[in-house]
Amino acid sequence: MTSMTMIQALNSALDVMMSRDPKVLTFGEDVGYFGGVFRVTEHLQQKYGAKRCFDAPINECGIAATAIGMAVYGLRPVIEIQFADYMYPAYDQIVSEAARIRYRSAGDYTVPMTVRMPYGGGIFGGQTHSQSPEALFTHVAGLKTVIPATPYDAKGLLIAAIEDDDPVIFLEPKRVYNGPFDGRRDKPVQPWSKHPASEVPEGYYSIPLGKAQVVREGGDLTMLAYGTMVHVALAAAEDSGIDAEVIDLRTLAPVDIEAIVKSVSKTGRCVIVHEATRTSGYGAELAALVQEHCFYQLEAPIARVTGYDTPYPHALEWEYFPTPPRIIKAMRRVMES
Amino acid sequence: MTGRNALDLHVPAPRARPGDTPDFSGWSFPEPGDTPRPDVDTPAAELRDFAYGLIRVLDMEGAALGRWAPRLDADTLRRGLKTMLLTRAFDERMHRAQRQGKTSFYMQCQGEEAISIAQAMALAPDDMCFPSYRQQGILIARGYPLVDMMHQIYSNRLDPMKGRQLPVMYSSKKDGFFTISGNLATQVPQAVGWAMASAYSGDGRIASTWLGEGSTAEGDFHAAMTFAGVYRAPVIVNVVNNQWAISSFQGIAGGENTTFAARGVGYGVPALRVDGNDFLAVYAVMQWAAERARSNLGPTLIEHFTYRAGPHSTSDDPARYRPADEARAWPLGDPIERLKAHLIRVGEWSEDQHRAAQEEAIDTVRAAGRDAEKVGVLGVEGAHEIGSMFEDVYKEMPWHLQRQRDEAGA
Repeated sequence: MTSMTMIQALNSALDVMMSRDPKVLTFGEDVGYFGGVFRVTEHLQQKYGAKRCFDAPINECGIAATAIGMAVYGLRPVIEIQFADYMYPAYDQIVSEAARIRYRSAGDYTVPMTVRMPYGGGIFGGQTHSQSPEALFTHVAGLKTVIPATPYDAKGLLIAAIEDDDPVIFLEPKRVYNGPFDGRRDKPVQPWSKHPASEVPEGYYSIPLGKAQVVREGGDLTMLAYGTMVHVALAAAEDSGIDAEVIDLRTLAPVDIEAIVKSVSKTGRCVIVHEATRTSGYGAELAALVQEHCFYQLEAPIARVTGYDTPYPHALEWEYFPTPPRIIKAMRRVMES
Repeated sequence: MTGRNALDLHVPAPRARPGDTPDFSGWSFPEPGDTPRPDVDTPAAELRDFAYGLIRVLDMEGAALGRWAPRLDADTLRRGLKTMLLTRAFDERMHRAQRQGKTSFYMQCQGEEAISIAQAMALAPDDMCFPSYRQQGILIARGYPLVDMMHQIYSNRLDPMKGRQLPVMYSSKKDGFFTISGNLATQVPQAVGWAMASAYSGDGRIASTWLGEGSTAEGDFHAAMTFAGVYRAPVIVNVVNNQWAISSFQGIAGGENTTFAARGVGYGVPALRVDGNDFLAVYAVMQWAAERARSNLGPTLIEHFTYRAGPHSTSDDPARYRPADEARAWPLGDPIERLKAHLIRVGEWSEDQHRAAQEEAIDTVRAAGRDAEKVGVLGVEGAHEIGSMFEDVYKEMPWHLQRQRDEAGA
């Protein structure tokens, strides 16, 4: 076990998989010699050579499409889209192609590719470096969508994503790359080294896709979160004095319905937290699922705490993304009704 | 303001519309045999002229001229001709089948047969093809059963695509034929990625991909050419310039300003422009590009200059936007007629043999058609289990699809 940041854990996952399987290779903008703008691919080119870790032209469509071709050939490419906000030129290739090639060819061709993308706000990145586009992927048949919240999960889930025989969208909450940011404005972010989930095995392990994790047990209400918001939800639970159960979904599609149903059936109350805009956001799907599966156990309306339905505002980002006070307000509302 | 011209927006328009006389006047082409054949290792910078010329081997009387003549034996040429006849007969029957209500949609490749068929024959059988929707000739040249194509077109019980795809969107991995998308140009950068993977793996196989001149305007084409050039991928990018993208003439894609082959110049990718209705020239150019790719010299762009003799698809009516007799006026003729004339000229074919081959092609298609229709045409109830709709979305069916399958009563 070594204490790692999420960046180091992701790097370790790539390292482990590249050393185990010559079919694994990685590329993207600034990914090669430089090791990526967030350093996730650092030293991989030096270790595995330029043919297995290389820079790509600034063309996300081309990055996704060539990875599809490689996956069709039989490789397991892992591509980096530098920011999830840059994904849109690749969207057609991901949605109309990668996601459907198995289906449209009746299993003749498959696309075992992983698309890594740093996402989310809180870094003063403005409109084009802060978005959370997960719902644009969870809506698409044929894709799996994964979002880790800790270094331990990041490594185990990335390895599982690379080993998966279907295309996996792997969204990395960049606000917690270097520490478990919890949305408390008055407290500095702790380094990962002080967090138990930063203890990461150096070798191979994987965490199955489609399995959520209860990260805080509680009896009063259930909070559903993923990525950075897991830590914000935990802080809210702590500060609220409400005995909340916090579930880190880890995989958004296919989602772990059993974990959700089990918790909400127990607590009877549910608060959903995400950074993305609210309307047609992933929280709407979660709310619908909870309503479908737990209606008769619910004691109160389901609450959503999300980013507002505006573009990401640079100067007002602290007012935009959910913070513990906003979540606590929703928790109280849910407890009181 | 003084000193400024009033600007004028240019919207390209073709020379002839319905009711007009087809007008190809002023088009000039190099004579057959006139274009030199460079060595495959010639640097791209020295090949620029080829992007603006037109490689031709057959003259209009059927003589094969010049250094590009591929010197194929008569059996190979007869095989090429018979495959083109078979493809045309197949197209005619399936176009008619759609008109008879047996399926929803069909796309012919009439006039463009030489492109896919000569190219498939010039490639190795295990080279990988990423076609668009008008290269059924590749499958037919590679011996894919016509009846299986028909099962796909009819979405019947034996459709290899399990009724999931629009007719003509075939897929056959064992034949090196990638699953056809309905999206335009998406397959082109995918082919580049496949070729990069082949090079990465130390494989000897190369990739070839096809798109229409209209879809060169897609960003995917730019992505493909950029990546192909940067990584010197062993890939051949074929732009089939058949003059028409549904109702939009090639000028709408930029054809008034330069050739489509010239797109390659900016990427430093060698680009050849070839008479797409000249089986021998297409074969020779493909051989050249394939040799180049196999020698680790990277990609080639080929513009096939041809004419879409039929409608875009069964949903299209070209009489509404172009002169009805434009195909007949096409100055570079018909690929089948031209290869036939060549074979007759060299004493390896006759009118009688041709008629017999045509009849044989029609019979072969008819027999396959009967077999396919016995299995079923589109809309036969029970052709596919409802539950099959939920398969192959993922390798393993997740809980929500299992649930939806149950809801659907499967």
